[in-house]
Amino acid sequence: MSVLSIKGLHAKVGDRDILRGLDLEIGAGEVHAIMGPNGSGKSTLSYVLAGREGYEVTAGSVVYRGHDLLAMETEERAAQGVFLAMQYPVEIPGISNITFLKTAVNAVRRARGDDELDALDFLKLAREKGRMLEMDDTLLQRPVNVGFSGGEKKRNEIFQMAMLDPSLAILDETDSGLDIDALKVVSDGVNALRGPDRSIVLITHYQRLLSYIVPDHVHVLSGGRIVATGGKELAIELEEKGYAMFGDTPEAA
Amino acid sequence: MADVTTIDEAAAPYLAQFAVAEASLPGAAAPWLGELRRSAIGRFAETGLPNARMEDWRFTDLRRMARTTFADAQAETAPDLDWIAPWHLDGPCHRLVFANGRFVPRHSDIGTLPPGVRLQPLADAVSEDPGFLEPEFTRGSARVGGSLVDLNTAMTRDGLVLRLDRGVALDAPVQLIHVAIAPDDPVALHPRVLVVAEDGSRASVFETYLGVGNRPYWTNAVAEITVGRDARIAHHKLQQESAAGYHTGFNRVTVDQGGSYSGFVMSLGARLARTEIRVALDGEHASCRIDGTSLLHGRQHGDITTEIDHRVANGRSRQTFKNVLDGHSRSVFQGRVVVQRDAQKTDAGQSNRNLLLSPGAEADSKPELRIFADDVKCSHGATVGELDKHSLFYLQSRGIGADEARGLLIEGFVAELIDDVEQPAVAAQLRRALDGWLAAAREGARQAA
Repeated sequence: MSVLSIKGLHAKVGDRDILRGLDLEIGAGEVHAIMGPNGSGKSTLSYVLAGREGYEVTAGSVVYRGHDLLAMETEERAAQGVFLAMQYPVEIPGISNITFLKTAVNAVRRARGDDELDALDFLKLAREKGRMLEMDDTLLQRPVNVGFSGGEKKRNEIFQMAMLDPSLAILDETDSGLDIDALKVVSDGVNALRGPDRSIVLITHYQRLLSYIVPDHVHVLSGGRIVATGGKELAIELEEKGYAMFGDTPEAA
Repeated sequence: MADVTTIDEAAAPYLAQFAVAEASLPGAAAPWLGELRRSAIGRFAETGLPNARMEDWRFTDLRRMARTTFADAQAETAPDLDWIAPWHLDGPCHRLVFANGRFVPRHSDIGTLPPGVRLQPLADAVSEDPGFLEPEFTRGSARVGGSLVDLNTAMTRDGLVLRLDRGVALDAPVQLIHVAIAPDDPVALHPRVLVVAEDGSRASVFETYLGVGNRPYWTNAVAEITVGRDARIAHHKLQQESAAGYHTGFNRVTVDQGGSYSGFVMSLGARLARTEIRVALDGEHASCRIDGTSLLHGRQHGDITTEIDHRVANGRSRQTFKNVLDGHSRSVFQGRVVVQRDAQKTDAGQSNRNLLLSPGAEADSKPELRIFADDVKCSHGATVGELDKHSLFYLQSRGIGADEARGLLIEGFVAELIDDVEQPAVAAQLRRALDGWLAAAREGARQAA
């Protein structure tokens, strides 16, 4: 059964139509890569799924585990297990990473009908998940993403993913801005989070990430639609030949 | 009484009040103080309350307040103050509690003081009349403070005297809790704080202003702080007057060579509040940092007015003021930085940020640089904005509900300032005040919904 079923999705930002009839099926435990040139609609897809204001769906449907995802508030989607690792994580001065995460984890637990974690249990969980991503304890005490390096911000996103334990994780250009060491740490973290109960969507411009996190399926997004689907070899082909092989640029679509 | 040719109409009752109170004011036996009080009330009688025609008072209108005549607050016999315990600083401190402007020994705990520290209620100090008092008392405020300081000088009954001898460090903070217990008829209190830090000494003073009752009253406070060479004074103020109260405060600070002053104002209460801070950097390499926040709702008016006067070379000043405005509240920030001709290599920075939570709120920000030296670094910035939508989305995408996300962002906006407070017990108290304000704001929003 599909975890996520997207049919004929059209979405616009302001007056611009970005997604133009996108179809995608994602099964439980699968890892899908969505590749595409700049402007093809990759980030728009991730924001539409997470429920960001200003991204208007004009047609089509998104069904997540049998429910209409588009009818849910942003925070409800998170509570139901949708997670978006953002390309540009936001800095929040004055709020420590640990306070932020504890608020988030407990909000999600409340929404799922679980008991809130007390300070001690929370810290234990945070330390355990943090180790996996080589998160320094000081990163937990510092204000959310403030003064973090690019690599630390991306690691912090995956750390949040580990803490929130989503069923569907969308990783938007998690590889951008990472050097090779940071990419390896982040990829190892994501791989450790792979499992039969977790589907992962990797949104990326480059094939590089996919040699660390090997996808089950690769899709090419161009002009707001999926124009090709294949196995991991499709990514390698793309890397060699470029997106031009689809003869389809966002402007022309 | 000094010869007075013209008397401001609103000032007349205060003149009469002074005539009645004069004999009973502390220090009546000290001739210099009596003279000081008489000349101060004389100046006040001529000038009256500040008005909007004065440049520094353009945004804060006292006309409504001036319609009320505030009587001289009477002593409360054995006031019930057990409820102030949550406002006590955690851990060791030297605590002085005042009710309606008078020292309350039963609720105070000055504790043991190291040698070289004089810490006592002002009323006691002026009756002992130690020699250092007179010049310090008359030092700066009378010249620059205006009529509200004059009224305080004339009418003050009590407050704090803290004097630190050369090189003395007072480790535990000094806490002052001023409680206004408003009777049915409006009263005014005029607390006075005097801090003299001799060369190389250091101390931390934390003032809390609280009010009881729903009747109008007026707290008109003055603090006069002298920071010697290489001395360090931290001075934090938490203004949490009751909703019907008025609060005006004037802090006058002079800092000598290599000395530093760090001030903080957190303003939550009162229907109208103004804190004016004037710092003179009088010696080379003197520095000051003043930060603060007004958290306003309803029809509250919160004014913070500052002036940093860089008089000599190599001074450094930093100011960050952040306001949060809900309802139909209004904030004012006026920040003047003066760099005198000889104050080369001055490094001055100022920032004012205002967070509007409601379309009915208004923030006025007026930075003012007067620079007469040519080799200086001065920066200032002012912003007025709403909660950042992208940040809200980020929090919500992690499962945090919209209301909680808003609360967290407001908290972060203010907490960033409190995080820099170096005294942990003071920071904890300011955090509690912030949490209390946020909880009340949430409750208000729930009731409005």
